[in-house]
Amino acid sequence: MRIIRFLLRKEFLQIFRNKAMLPILFVMPVIQLLVLSFAATYELKEVDFALLDMDQSRVSRELAAKFQSTGYFNLQAETFDRNKAMEWLDARRVSLIIIVPPDFEEDLTNGREAPVQLIIDAVDGSTAGLIQSYSASILNDLNAEKQLELKIKSADPAVVQVKTINLIPQNWYNPDLDYITFMVPGILVVLVSMIGLFLSGMNIVREQEIGTIEQLNVTPIRKYQFMVGKLLPFWIIGMFDLLVGLALARYGFHIPFLGNLATILVVAGIFLVVIQSLGLLISTMTNTQQQAMFIAWFIMVVFILLGGLFTPIESMPGWAQNITLANPVAYFIKIMRMVLLKGAGWQEIQVMVYTLIGMGSVLLMVSINRYKKTTG
Amino acid sequence: MNSFRGFVTKEFKQIYRDKRTLVVLFGMPVIMMVLFGFAIRNEIDGAQIGILDLSKDEVTRTITQKLEASKSFQVRVYLENYDEVEGLFRQGDIKEIVVFEPGFQEKLVRKNVANIQIITDATDPNLANLVQSYTSNVVRDYVQILNREAQVQQAGIQPQVRMMYNPELRSVNLFVPGLIAVILMLVSALMTSISITREKEMGNMEILLVSPLKPYHIIIGKVLPYMVLSVVNVITILVLAEFVFHVPFEGSYLFFFLESGLFIMTALALGVFISSASNNQQTAMMVSLAGLLLPTVLLSGFIFPVASMPLPLQWISHIIPAKWFLIIVRDIMLKGSDLMLVWKETLVLLVMTLGFIGLSLKKFKVRLQ
Repeated sequence: MRIIRFLLRKEFLQIFRNKAMLPILFVMPVIQLLVLSFAATYELKEVDFALLDMDQSRVSRELAAKFQSTGYFNLQAETFDRNKAMEWLDARRVSLIIIVPPDFEEDLTNGREAPVQLIIDAVDGSTAGLIQSYSASILNDLNAEKQLELKIKSADPAVVQVKTINLIPQNWYNPDLDYITFMVPGILVVLVSMIGLFLSGMNIVREQEIGTIEQLNVTPIRKYQFMVGKLLPFWIIGMFDLLVGLALARYGFHIPFLGNLATILVVAGIFLVVIQSLGLLISTMTNTQQQAMFIAWFIMVVFILLGGLFTPIESMPGWAQNITLANPVAYFIKIMRMVLLKGAGWQEIQVMVYTLIGMGSVLLMVSINRYKKTTG
Repeated sequence: MNSFRGFVTKEFKQIYRDKRTLVVLFGMPVIMMVLFGFAIRNEIDGAQIGILDLSKDEVTRTITQKLEASKSFQVRVYLENYDEVEGLFRQGDIKEIVVFEPGFQEKLVRKNVANIQIITDATDPNLANLVQSYTSNVVRDYVQILNREAQVQQAGIQPQVRMMYNPELRSVNLFVPGLIAVILMLVSALMTSISITREKEMGNMEILLVSPLKPYHIIIGKVLPYMVLSVVNVITILVLAEFVFHVPFEGSYLFFFLESGLFIMTALALGVFISSASNNQQTAMMVSLAGLLLPTVLLSGFIFPVASMPLPLQWISHIIPAKWFLIIVRDIMLKGSDLMLVWKETLVLLVMTLGFIGLSLKKFKVRLQ
């Protein structure tokens, strides 16, 4: 115990003496949480569009006004020249061109098909999808209004008999479909994993590279004591950062904390051990910090991409979904969201927690085994 | 000049001797490309849903079958009442419950209107949105067929959508330029900054500084091998994009490589700048990670559109080189743009690069302490 205490003191002294590291450990995560939470959103804002109104009728003007009044669309320019509008699209001046053909109003009032052309800049596919679905629903609304007017005016039985099925959406847990509520718990996980994976792994390689590991090797320190001395400081720092992040999430972002905070902390503790063991394993397999960093970063990217943070795991093809089963980050992100946002309890998450414990034990054992008290 | 050549040879040897890193360096673009191309999508594949059918008639069964038949959904449970919803959502696998109101078919026949309630687990708003719109597509198709069979005239406003530049809305078309930016940041900026600080940390910098090499010789020598690596990586990604994922390439290759060369210079300059400002590898790594890679991934428009961000972040995104590079490359690849259309972005990138080179030459110290 005494030895571990000394080792811990040495590590903490080393960490806190490095003035460049301190802001990285304690300020950077907070800034990242703030920036990333606001940046990671697909919400649509202010789409600039060009209008080619060939009809110049009451309805066509109503249509343009309707687009503007939603707040999502902003009329950037009007023209009668199709090529001009396409040039604007090329130059990224507008991302949507709405073309209302001549005789639009006449077709509509006579019960014929009245097409409206939407030309969308689809370089960014997901934004284009949103633009499409927003404009479709605006046009649908307008159409419903006009059809109702027609229905009242005419007694044409064909118009009356059109069947409709209304869809009434209800969004649970996050009725406003607020992206921040969803992202913050996931980003917290990423920040904690970065500290766990990069710093603890790097630490041992650093001693190897500088050569100070020899000095530790010739002391009577046992393997496990050495490991604990290396892991514990960054475990504590990781937990501390998580607490700060959670406080920020609760009081800064007003994320609902439906579940039990203690559950989160216990899982976080286990998760950090898993990630740190992985970092340790990397460090036993590499000789320089550059190598270790590079491999760690690579693994981190795969973990994040396949963790369901940005794109839902449900969208991945089957084989990729299977890979995520071996991804500790995916489990922790899922647990965080379930506990914080839905108030899930032990019963719902226990299988995932056991999986994490299993991963942690295997990784820790392998990496302790691989670490040798000799060099060369 | 001779000593400079010797130094460059040493640098190349040092890097190419480290087989493990090389494997990662060359393997990474391939793996990332495959992950992005196949796994990172914004479409739905077999989302698990539940059905609460309070009517249990012919129409509701048909709609359920149609949902089941679509590749996007898997009907996992049939509920009996509302109270089960909460428990199912908490377990986390079911993403949506489709509720048919009682007397569905009757209402549809008699009153021509019937209601379906769609309850989504909106903890993931994006997914909830997708699931909802996929469901409404299925239902809309059904209604259309129904009306056509009844020979009712379909009239009214019909949106005709044309998607320019990327008609199938494939995410991989969008990701390729972003991926190039991320990999270049990683190889050029991160690796360079580490390799220079490494010399400092190991004490070799003293030796280099007292040698007849000029400071800019040292920097160029350090930077050159990573430049070669970067170019190879760009080519790898491009080849994969073209031949495996069939991403269109409308513009000129020469122009593309010129712009990529410019961005490689930007990244290298950034790497040198970071290394001149930090004393050990750990600091250099964390600064490159937090200051370069994360912003490159998140604030450049790589995954999330810049236009969706709040204004302050949009301002910040202006100082991120990758943002400009992304606009340029996307335009070249998907629209076939030439310098006329992207000269502004190119100019910004050029000014940034010159600025960083100037700054790091100024900060590079000829003696240690």
